[in-house]
Amino acid sequence: MKRLHLPLLILALVAVSLGIFQHKVRNLAFPLLPAQIADNWIVEARLAFEPTGGAVTARLLIPSQPPGLALLDEHFVSRDYGLTTGMRSENREAIWTARNPSGRQAVYYRATFYELERHLRPQPEYPGPASLPEFEEPYASAAESIVERVRERSADITTFATVLVSDMAHAQDENIALFAPRGSGERERARAAIQLLAGARIPARMAHGIQLTDRARDLQVRTWLEVHNTREWVPINPRNGSVGYPPNFLVWWYGDQEPVALNRARNAQVSFAVTRNFQSAVDAAQQRAQLLDSHIADFSLLGLPVQTQNMYRVLLMVPVGAMIIVLLRNVVGVQTFGTFMPVLIALSFRETELLGGVILFTLIVSLGLAIRFYLEHLKLLLVPRLASVVIVVVMLMLMLSIISHHLGIEHGLAVALFPMVILAMTIERMSIVWEEHGAGDAIRQGVGSMGAAIVGYLLMINPYAEHLIFVFPELLLIILAVTLLLGRYTGYRLSELIRFRALAGRSGT
Amino acid sequence: MNWFITPRELRRLGIVGMNARNVDMIARLNARRHYPLVDDKLLTKSLALEAGIAVPELYGVIETNHDARRLRERISGRDDFVIKPAHGSGGNGILVITGRMGERFRKANGLLEDMEGLEHHVSNILSGMYSLGGQPDKAMIEYRVRFDALFAKVSFQGVPDIRTVVYQGYPVMAMARLPTRGSDGKANLHQGAVGVGIDITKGVTGHGVWHNEIVERHPDTGAPIGGIVIPEWDRLLALAAGCHELTGLGYLGVDVVLDRDYGPLILELNARPGLAVQLANGDGLRKRIDRIDAVRPEKPALPSERAVHAQTLLGVTGSAPSGRI
Repeated sequence: MKRLHLPLLILALVAVSLGIFQHKVRNLAFPLLPAQIADNWIVEARLAFEPTGGAVTARLLIPSQPPGLALLDEHFVSRDYGLTTGMRSENREAIWTARNPSGRQAVYYRATFYELERHLRPQPEYPGPASLPEFEEPYASAAESIVERVRERSADITTFATVLVSDMAHAQDENIALFAPRGSGERERARAAIQLLAGARIPARMAHGIQLTDRARDLQVRTWLEVHNTREWVPINPRNGSVGYPPNFLVWWYGDQEPVALNRARNAQVSFAVTRNFQSAVDAAQQRAQLLDSHIADFSLLGLPVQTQNMYRVLLMVPVGAMIIVLLRNVVGVQTFGTFMPVLIALSFRETELLGGVILFTLIVSLGLAIRFYLEHLKLLLVPRLASVVIVVVMLMLMLSIISHHLGIEHGLAVALFPMVILAMTIERMSIVWEEHGAGDAIRQGVGSMGAAIVGYLLMINPYAEHLIFVFPELLLIILAVTLLLGRYTGYRLSELIRFRALAGRSGT
Repeated sequence: MNWFITPRELRRLGIVGMNARNVDMIARLNARRHYPLVDDKLLTKSLALEAGIAVPELYGVIETNHDARRLRERISGRDDFVIKPAHGSGGNGILVITGRMGERFRKANGLLEDMEGLEHHVSNILSGMYSLGGQPDKAMIEYRVRFDALFAKVSFQGVPDIRTVVYQGYPVMAMARLPTRGSDGKANLHQGAVGVGIDITKGVTGHGVWHNEIVERHPDTGAPIGGIVIPEWDRLLALAAGCHELTGLGYLGVDVVLDRDYGPLILELNARPGLAVQLANGDGLRKRIDRIDAVRPEKPALPSERAVHAQTLLGVTGSAPSGRI
């Protein structure tokens, strides 16, 4: 039983870890790779206006089931305003009301969208053929001739609309110029196209939306054309007649109208801003888990405040680093100063980047060592000497930061993130090893520590490793299991294969 | 010489690696509660004296910084002495004074040190600079061993000693540790001393190992290190075997010095003896331990009986080093 204890414990840890992991991946669709989590967008519309006195009503059209995207979450941000939402014909709208606001006002609508794999767009019923517009001459005969010429070159409703729009964009036709004079905006073109399509009894409408781009502000609203081919609304680019929306196009509202309507206010200004949200696919899985009422998600890190989450993103890599140290020390046989000092150094390398970190670490340790050797002459007691080394290390860090700032090397500023007490202890231990065992040993262990820190750093900045541990903290149980297993490793260390090499070829009775 | 050896070959030779030592020997055989007995050299010394085991004479102990002022009177009238930390490890913090030069003291390496230097050294010891885990420590002042002329030609300053590995009370492997210029008078292989394998049955030295390489001559003096016959070998082994009862440790390193006047003296005990002894003997500990385990008598005999028992057991199959490489 005693012999089986550890293997059973390890098996249990691995089983529990893999069980939770598998449940989260299979049933809750937590993403395995960090790349999978980049397809969410936070869109913000800001509506600003000036009240003219009295009760103000501000109406803003907001997206409702836009094609290709699904709404994950939305917020309305406004101070002292009453809010209602409702439908107005084919659009959704938010209505803000306030009794007597004064000064320039701003209200916000913020929504999170994620890209849909398939188009799950509910199709409204065919509105029926459009009623023929009543044109006056010379428009009537011009429209007739345009429709006639386009019909000859098209096969169905979609191609009719495509040909018409591209004619409007490129052809030098006098008739077309009558409806859409050269140089007219895309909205006028779309308006003319809708009129002409109505001449062929094809229902069409305008769609307005924004192109989602990461970290964009003051996005331009683009106008699109949609025609109904009796089955669904087909989007058509009013500029060249191509079919379909570009990727990441968010349709905000439909119809030939402005998105804002104000009552007792003027100077309406709407601006759109977009950011890509990198965590929200995980959030999406989290929300899915909540919908499924899974308790596992309750214990997730994702429910913590963002600041705490960011801290754990770093902290959760410490066990990985610790396991690396175990491997390096007990399987490879690398000598380091202090057991976990390299992990802490590796953590600070995250901020300084590798090369800068190695240079700064070497600089501080060598300068500190020089000063430590000087302190040796003063014959101080141990604790005051250690404290002096800490003080000197802090001053060295300060000096390096200031010098590198003046030289324009911003990496130098990150030196402040080095764990100074650990550095001081390293310097102290290194100086003792230096005196007791010689410079060779001290440098060997110093290089070993640095090497271990570099290996740990390279693993700890790996985005896949970070993502996996953060989203699936249960994997820590596997790391624990591996570490426990290594705790019973009684085989040779790699360094011992070199150490005992003199024995090679001996008979060994 | 290859620059590495395969794990297969190491296993065939029965070499114990660091991990195996830590798990199979130290964790299994050395109960942690026995550690203080060997880690505190003062305690070891008093236990040894009680058991009638020979140790270097203790001149005095300094326990506090206040006491440090009395260092002068502790060493008055003594020309040579050793100051060492009670909880030191790896030979660190040991200051050997071989004589006086006016107001100054001559160190083993020939350099001079003044009284202030000695006091600072004691203060470093007291503040725990050399102790495991940095615990506050005591400084011991004791008899400087005048070592037997036996190793005079194969030592460079310092004190050569004999490290015996005692397994479950049976001495299984031994080596002589000879200081070199590089080891600064210390008999620590890690610091550059030469380790010389000793035939456990006969007490005759074989070849040596220096910086993990096999050597036949002392690197400083150039004298051959093989074929030296150690006097009173059986007594030395019995002395080492007796330390098992003293400490209750199943895997133990016993460091013995050969004094010109007093014969073998126990210098210190080690609960975590290193593995270089295998290199010096060109043989693995595992094989010898297995042999002891296979025919170990039910009840532990007297230390001297165990020593003889081990000598016969390990001698029969002739794993003795002979200087051949």
